[in-house]
Formats: sequence, C-alpha cells, structure tokens
Amino acid sequence: MAERMLLMLSVNGTEITREVPVRLTLADFLRHELALTGTHLGCEHGVCGACTVLVDGRTARSCLMLAVQADGAAVQTVEGMAVDGKLTPLQQAFVEHHGLQCGFCTPGVLATLTELLETIPDPSEADVREWLSGNICRCTGYQGIVDAALAAAKAIREGAAGE
Amino acid sequence: MKPPAFSYHRPHTVAETLELLATLEDAKLLAGGQSLMPMMNFRYVMPANVIDINRIADLAGIEERGDALAIGAMTRQRDLELSPVVQRCCPLLHEALLNVGHVQTRNRGTIGGSLAHLDPAAELPAVLHAHDATLHLRGRRGDRAVAMAEWSQGFMTPNLAPDELLAAITIPLWPTGHGYGFAEFTRRHGDFAMAGTAALLALDAQGKVERVALAVTGVDTGPVRLSDAEAMLLGKAPEDALIAAAAETAAISVPGLDDVHGSKEYRRKLAAVMTKRALLAARARARSEEAAHG
Amino acid sequence: MSWVGSRVKRVEDPALLKGEGRFVDDIHLPGMLLAAVVRSPFAHARIAGIDASAALAIPGVHAVVTHADLPEAFRQPLPLLVPNPAIRYPVMQHVLAKDAVHFVGEAIALVLADDRYIAEDGVDLVVVDYEPLPAASDFRKAAAAGAPAAHAGRADNIAAEFAVGYGEADQAFARAAHIFKEELFQHRGAAHPMECRAMLAHQDTLTGTLTIWANTQAPHQLRDVYCRMTGAADDRVRVIAPNTGGGFGSKVQTYPEHIATAAAALLTKLPVKYIEDRREHFLSTHQERDQLWTVEIAVDGDGKVLGVRGSLMHDSGAYLPWGVITPFISATTMPGPYVIPAYRMKVTCVFTNKVATTPVRGAGRPQAAFAMERLMDRVARELGLDPAEVRRRNYVPADRMPYAVGLTFRDGSPVVYDSGDYPACQQLALDRAGYDGFRAEQASVRAEGRYLGIGIGSYIEGTGLGPFEGATVQVTPGGQILARVGSSDQGQGHRTMFAQIVADRLGVGPDKVTVTVGDSGGVAYGIGTFASRVAVNAGSSAHVAAGKVREKAIKIASHLLEAAEEDLDLGDGRVFVKGVPAVGKTLGEIAAFANGMPGFSMPAGITVGLEDTSYFTPQRSTYANGCHVAVVEVDVETGGVKILRYVTAHDCGTIINTMMVEGQVAGGVVHGIGNALFEWMRYDDDGQPLTVNFGEYLLPLATETPCIEQAHMQTPTPLNPLGVKGAGEGGTIPAAAAIAGAIDDALRPFGVKITQVPVTPEYLLDLIHKKS
Repeated sequence: MAERMLLMLSVNGTEITREVPVRLTLADFLRHELALTGTHLGCEHGVCGACTVLVDGRTARSCLMLAVQADGAAVQTVEGMAVDGKLTPLQQAFVEHHGLQCGFCTPGVLATLTELLETIPDPSEADVREWLSGNICRCTGYQGIVDAALAAAKAIREGAAGE
Repeated sequence: MKPPAFSYHRPHTVAETLELLATLEDAKLLAGGQSLMPMMNFRYVMPANVIDINRIADLAGIEERGDALAIGAMTRQRDLELSPVVQRCCPLLHEALLNVGHVQTRNRGTIGGSLAHLDPAAELPAVLHAHDATLHLRGRRGDRAVAMAEWSQGFMTPNLAPDELLAAITIPLWPTGHGYGFAEFTRRHGDFAMAGTAALLALDAQGKVERVALAVTGVDTGPVRLSDAEAMLLGKAPEDALIAAAAETAAISVPGLDDVHGSKEYRRKLAAVMTKRALLAARARARSEEAAHG
Repeated sequence: MSWVGSRVKRVEDPALLKGEGRFVDDIHLPGMLLAAVVRSPFAHARIAGIDASAALAIPGVHAVVTHADLPEAFRQPLPLLVPNPAIRYPVMQHVLAKDAVHFVGEAIALVLADDRYIAEDGVDLVVVDYEPLPAASDFRKAAAAGAPAAHAGRADNIAAEFAVGYGEADQAFARAAHIFKEELFQHRGAAHPMECRAMLAHQDTLTGTLTIWANTQAPHQLRDVYCRMTGAADDRVRVIAPNTGGGFGSKVQTYPEHIATAAAALLTKLPVKYIEDRREHFLSTHQERDQLWTVEIAVDGDGKVLGVRGSLMHDSGAYLPWGVITPFISATTMPGPYVIPAYRMKVTCVFTNKVATTPVRGAGRPQAAFAMERLMDRVARELGLDPAEVRRRNYVPADRMPYAVGLTFRDGSPVVYDSGDYPACQQLALDRAGYDGFRAEQASVRAEGRYLGIGIGSYIEGTGLGPFEGATVQVTPGGQILARVGSSDQGQGHRTMFAQIVADRLGVGPDKVTVTVGDSGGVAYGIGTFASRVAVNAGSSAHVAAGKVREKAIKIASHLLEAAEEDLDLGDGRVFVKGVPAVGKTLGEIAAFANGMPGFSMPAGITVGLEDTSYFTPQRSTYANGCHVAVVEVDVETGGVKILRYVTAHDCGTIINTMMVEGQVAGGVVHGIGNALFEWMRYDDDGQPLTVNFGEYLLPLATETPCIEQAHMQTPTPLNPLGVKGAGEGGTIPAAAAIAGAIDDALRPFGVKITQVPVTPEYLLDLIHKKS
C-alpha cells in the first residue's frame, strides 16, 4: 500500500534527499516533510492556485504534482523569495498596496507574479488580471494585488535601469 | 482530498511504457496531471498503477514537416502557446491555447493529455478537428493513426485502447494567409467552453470561399464538425448574411449538453453565435492576408 | 499626529509574505493524529448500523469514532445559542450523527490515522448501513403541505414564523396612487474563504487543560459551547485562533466537528487535527442567501413611498445553529435608507435537507437590499423617473438623524439610524461615476449595437452589535506595550488597527504596540468577529483601556516626579513635565513601579500593574451606509454580462485605516459580484449538491472583476468613543442590486427585468428572447 521512493530535488536552493510515499503530493511534501508551510492548500483540485510554486522557474499547482515528479527539479516556494529576511520588491509592493489580507492565497499569487514579471517586465493591468485569473483571492477583490503587481513591475524596471 | 494508494512507474522510453501498459492491470498514464490528479484527489479515479510519462524525452517537441506540424503528445500547452512555429503556421492553435485554463495549468498541461482526457468542452480537440489532425498511437500490438474525426467514441472516451499510448499529433497546415478564428463563451476566463468554435477559412482570388473548416466544442461528447455550414459557405462570397445563415445551422446540427452552467438549448444557441464570431474573425484575417499579398 | 485615520502599513504583512504565517494546519504536535470524516452521501436517511472493522484493519488507522463511541457529554446536540420564541422546532445537529442524517455531508464518524492520506483510506472503508428517506430540497416546495419532512416525524417543515413591521401598511396601500409587486429570488451561496475550516485539539495530561487551535471567528464562543456541553470549567479550556485564511461568516459557528475533534483528543489522549478539505467545505460548512421575497410597494403620484409589505421565505437548511438571526436581519433591513411610513413583513423559515444556513458576509442584508432596490427601480421605471431621482425623493434626510425606523433589531433595541447623510452619499457616488454623462455614452454605443447600462444600489447596515468585546492594555517593566484582544482576525488586519488605537492613547508609534488577538486565554470574555462589530466593540475597548493606562501612568508619574498630574504630558513612551521634557519617566519605569517592590506597600491610591482591561458595551447598533453604482455591458447574443465600472461611496464613520477599509470594501464588492453573476450552490430534487468543486461553483476571478473605485464619507457615530461604524460587509450588501439595476438599464429596449440572482447568462438570454 504505502509504496515509497527516493526523491532528490532542490528546494529554495537547498539540495534535499528524502524517501517519500509515491502518492504524496508536492504540496504536502513541502508542507509536512520539509515544514515549508508557506505553501497553502485551498482546493486540492488545481483551481484556486493557493499552492502554486515555481518548478524549474515555471508556476505549477503543487497539489497536482506528486512529490516524486519533482525528482531532479528546482522548486521555489514563498520561503525562498526574501533574502536574509528582506522582502523582495514584489513582496514590498504588497505591503505598500495592501496586496493581501488573510495571506492564505498570497504565496501562490507571489509565485504567479514572479513568473509574470520575468516573462512580461512591463505588464498592463489586463496582463496582470489574466495571469491572476489562475489564483483565487476571496479577501481583496484583487484590487490591491493588481496595484501591487503593477507597482512592483515599475520598481523592478527602475531598479534594473538604475544598476 | 488525498490520492489513494497506487504503484508508481516512471518509464524513460516509449517501449518501456508500452511494456508497462501491456502488463499492468488498471493502469493510468500520468501526463501533465491537470485532469488526472484532481480526479485522483477527489478519489473519482483510483488506479492501481500510475505510469508517469513525463520523463520520455522523445514524446515532446514541435516540428514543421513540410505542410504539416508534428507535435509530441507530451508537449506542454504553454510551450505550444509560446512557440514561434505554432504562431506562424498554426495560428488557430495559438489563439485557442490562450483560452485553455490558466498559465499555471498550461505550464504543466500537455496537448496529449487534453486529447486523451477528452473533456467535452475542451478547446484543443475542436482546433485539431478543424485542422483534420491525425493522432499517432503506439502499442505493442502495432501502431495506429487515427483521424481526429474518429477520435471521440463517447463521453470522455477516446479511440485509445488501454494498452496504447498517444505519442504524437500531426496537423496538416493551411496555406499561408488563411483566415482563422476561435470564439468561445465561458462564464469566466479560462473556464471550459460552454460553446466554442474553431474556424479556418481560405479565400480564392475572387474572395470566394475556397476552403473552410468549422469545429465546435462544448456541445457534444466530442468536438463536432459543422459540415452543413461548411457546404453552405464553400464557393460563395462570405458576406454577413451568408455567415449568419451558415452559423445558424450550428444551432440545429449540434446536440448540446446539459450541466449546471447551462442547458443544451442554450448551448446550441451559443454554438451558432460563436460560429458566427469565429467566422467573422476568420474572414477578416483572410481578407487582410489577401490585401497584404495582393 | 493621530495614527487613527492614517494609512498605516499592516504589521501582519511581512510574516505572511515570507510564508511565516501560522495557520492551524501549520502546527505539528508530537504524536498528532489526523482526522478524516465519514459524511453522509444521502440528504436524509436513517442509520441502521456502522461497521468500521475494515477501516480499523488499515495499518496507520488508530481509531474510528462514532456517536456511540463518544463520552456521554458529547452524545447530544449542540446548544442553540440564540433562542427565539418564533422557533417552532429548535432542531440542532449532534456532534456525530446519532441515528439519522439530514443533509449530504453530515458528519457520522471520525477516522483517526497517522496522516490524512491514511485517514481518507479509512473513510473509504467505513461501511454505514443507510435507509434513505424522502428529502426536502427546494424550500419553496418543502414549505407546502404534504412535502417530505426534512426531519422524520415532524408534521411540516416550518421551522419558525414571525412578522416584523410598524405603521398601518394596509391603509397605506389603500390610498396609494400606485402599487407594484415583485417576486424576488436569491440563491444559496457559500463563504468560501481560501482556507477551509481547521482545528487541532490537545489535552495536556499534566494539567488537564484542553487547548483547541481553530480558525474560528469566535474563540470564546467555541470555548463556551464546549464548556456548556461538557460542564468543564472555562479555565480548563483554551481556544486559540492563529492566522486564519478568511472567514466571511462561515467560521463564526461552533461546528459539530470542533466538538468531535476535541472528544477524539480526549478519547485517544493524543493531539487530533482535522483539516476540512474543499469538497467538505462545499458539503458541510454553513451557507446562506436562499430567500424568496414576495413584496409590494405603495407610492404616491410622485414616487414617494407610502408603504412596503410582503412575505419572506427563508431556507434554514437542516438545523438552526444560529436560530432565525439571518431572516430576522433581512426583514429588519428591508426599509433601508428610505423613509417607509408603514412596513410589514411576514417571515417563514423552512427546514430542508441541506446544510444549515447562517450568516455569510452581509448576513441577510444583501437579500433585503436587493428587494428594496429592485422595488425602487420598478417605481422609477413605472413612473418614468430616473432611478437616482426616485431614491433621492425617499432617502431619510440628514436633518432627521437620528432616525427611528420603528422596528426592533435582533439585539432587542430599536432600529435607530444614528447618523449619516444618505442623499449626499448617493450624490458622491453618482458624481464619481459620471452618472449625468452616462446617458450620452449609452446612446452612442447603442448605435453600434452595444448595450451598456448603469445601476444604483443603496444600503444601510446595522453594525457593531453588542453585547461587548474586551481588550487588555498592559505596559511591562521592560517598556513593552501589550494589547490583548479577545476577538479573532481572519485577515482584516485587526492587529494593525488595535495598534493604531493604542498608539494614539499612549503617544507611541503603532510599531511599539504588540497585539495579540484570538486567544480565549488572553481576555476572559468574548463574543466574536461578525456583524462588522470588531472595530466598534473591541476597538472602543482598546481605546478605553489604553486611555485608562494613560491616566494611570500620569498618576504614578505624578507620584514619582512629585508634580501635579495636570503639569504632566505623555509622548514618545514617556511621561514628562510639560515644558521640561528631560524630566520624566518612561512607561517601563512607571510599570516597574506599579508592579511593586517585595515587602513595600503600594502608595495610597495606586493599584497594581500598569494595565487595564475594558469591555465596551454599545447601547445599540450603529448604522453604516453607502451607495454603489455599477456600469455593465450585456452581450445580447449570449447573455454574458461584463462589469465595466464599479463605484462605491460609503460612510463607516471614523476611518481608522483608509487602506484597510478600502480593502474591506473592494473584497466585499467582489463577493457581491459573485452573488450577482456567478455563485450558486445548486441541489437536485433529492438534496444532492450539484456544485461541489470550483469548476461548478464559480468564484469571481481577477478577469471578471473591475477596478473598484471608492469614495468615502465620514460621519462619526455618537454611539462609541471612536465614532466608528462597521466596514466589513457593506461592500457586499448592495452589489447584486446595483448590478441587476444596471443590467435592466442596459436591456431597456428589451424590457428585461431581473428578479433573481445570480444572473446566469442563460437566464438573461431567455429574458432577452422572451421580451424581444
């Protein structure tokens, strides 16, 4: 019943080797095996987006991946964003623009916006909303998130230009 | 909502996969996981064996082969969407992909997974049906090529035996300058279509319809070609009235589907409207291409 | 400067943004068991037997707990917390089903295992022998004589009947120039916070203290229910609400699962955690909004309202955990911001074999606003008046404040609108929306075959219900300022809000105030976070407590500095002599003094500790108000509706933090958009739910949501020291009404009239085709 398998992957830059049950989802692996509880489960059927993480730089629903499928992959979670406790420009924009309330959907939203800003450095509001359509937020009405994303894009562009 | 126990298999070649399919009882292929995994989390599907085909390198890829596009079944939807080759020579597929779920699901979801899952309201089967695509199956009992028209065998039932693997899709390409349009109605962005139409249109030098293909999704167990509408349009100038009349046949020729989002009657009406809109978009593009080359 | 009124950045944010929040499922205790729940697949059935042997045989399954396995104190229904004489059958749910189930999803047994995966394997193997019974599903049918009984043995399904009103409604109708009647239907939806319910119970074997971590909106209520059922002393039970991922009403209730999880922890002597999954949330977390209104309005020739009367039928679901609160709020909110000289509403609450209905964001008010605003739009249409003008003629004018409506609210106090300027609020919304210029735009795009419309939704909301909420403010000898507040936070930013309030009183920055919320061990008594009541009740308590600490600090400093109190001032964490800021004592030094020295008597008149606990008790509700304007475009070929603009103007009294109020309003509006266009919890005739995932039940996404443009008015209420009114639910209340009005307006050429929400595209296309 409880078939297990060895898993080697990188999570937030740290190499990890674990033996896990093959049916364990990536989300539960992160949360309960690695105690990276910033990744949240909101629906477990791939719609709400709360569990979204970056797998090899691309967003993925961690509730729809088996942990063993991430073998050899580089996974980034919300815990891997801030450096030495300092918020990234994207995270800081969430503070400034009230991009979160309960914070439950936020880790997934941050993953989505990280990929968005890497793909489209100067997104329109429509771009932001389209990408965000894969993340449900029940608190903010999306308004603060959209504002934060646009502000972060600007801050990152200006930061890059200033370097 | 945790998946039930199963045995996990991770083949690295097609041959290995076919061997597993032939020998394992109650096995399910795990492609992008965007449909199978939710069903397993809900425990609607409880396979004894899961065969993960994500590690088979030669199942993914996009290649232009003369007047056809060959796509590996494990090609991610997002890779197709971003592919310059797809955008250039199969723009209908590109346009439809923008309506398939969300970036986050397209990153994992595959074209083959969508075809094998065969949700009645999925976008990609309609596009491939309009394109007269061919599906290439591999099996220990021999390989098969199945025309898209023969793919759906009923509700979520593709023409795929339990020991077969959908390996690739070839899409015959339309001439440069063809018109295309994809129109669908959804309650929200990224939802499955309540009705959606994929349209391809080529005009001759006189601006008459030289070739047309129309396929509708969301209105039957699988995608439906609108052959009556195609026949009405062929050889004629695609004026507004003709397009409207042709589109209206969709409301009659598709059966419709009932679910919580709408009745079959409503979906049939939508099918006509979406067909009209897809055709108008296709006409505008076909004409603009003519103008560009004329 | 004052921190109250500033856009203070939230103290909650950095941890949540770094993934360092602490939600219930993030807590791991050694030896902890994970629970999964066996739930009824039938809407109504007798349970003839339960066989758990196959489940118990699974390695890793530790126990299966059924009703029969529970200690005796737990083998009873949960108490009805809000009784009302109108209730005919006070039927409450058992902790675990006793011998019958009354809705799909009713909890029957807990399977306890090493992890949730194994627990779910166990659930699959628990065999329950059901004898299915006929079910009451649609409440309109269930109310009729001869309908299947939702509870076998009852003569009918009428849970409660009552009427509210004032004035002579029938006389008003007899002399009216016009009478218009509507039948309006609003569908069931759910709160759907992104975090489902979660709880973890653990009894310390040494002390016997039971700790329950739960994402509840009412930790003290959960404690009190547990103690009431078991007879436990309330200092033996502690309920902690850690980070909570939204609530929107659904987490107010004490649920059977809370008590069952606690019982399982006692039985196994191990920590037991239960994390509801989304499917369970669809089945067993309370819902709201199914109501059928049959209402009439009487107006004079100028469209001035003479009276409103009618009947309201409410789907209670299978049990009455919150009594008749929701329909009572609906019926007493109906008059809204208008002068309604006579009013009468008969209310019938109906049992059905569906999960119970209790307040969800708005709590019965969205339905009332929908009914009243639809009537206003009807009057406008029939009399050929602008909808804004009809409302203008009927608003309670500002110079009639305070305005006694004539009704008694749910707290037993008279409904009195304490303050506000409703006509001005509407004008603010209209100006912001460019209402006067809209008609030209509407006409010009209609020439292109596009159908745009504008709609108005106005509302009042009784907020800040009592009885009280408590706050303790304490200064430690180390100089830390601590505030402990009993009510819990579900993401609103309460810690930031309380820090602002306390900071103002103690002359420090909000970053110097450490706030703890949601711990029944922190404040002795508490009620909960609902009814837009926390800023009013707990905010006022924090204000009062911090003020007392300030007074005491000055009093002690006066003693220490040998200076008169009136010569002292407080700022920057110190009490100092006015004009001589170098002479003073820090709050920490003062606290150290107040904490005493061993063997030394306290000076006369100085009590122990630099702290105070206050319980603010409002005399009655304070009324917030607002006006929303929606602009929509309707696709007349598909019935699709797109919201192009959404403008709100509202008045929640003194604004403590504009940024957070705007967040509350925007989130509330989008919930209302969900109710207006998307969210519909559907059941078949057998009571089987048909929408049990996020592909079937549609929450609004960022792509369907417009920018919410907001304008604020601030009319402080005289009913509390801060002048605040609630802001949490107002965004939701008029949204469906405004959107329905806008759709009607867009489709005037077709004569369409919306009478139910959500407005699905099929429903709308049918209306368009019927009329054209």
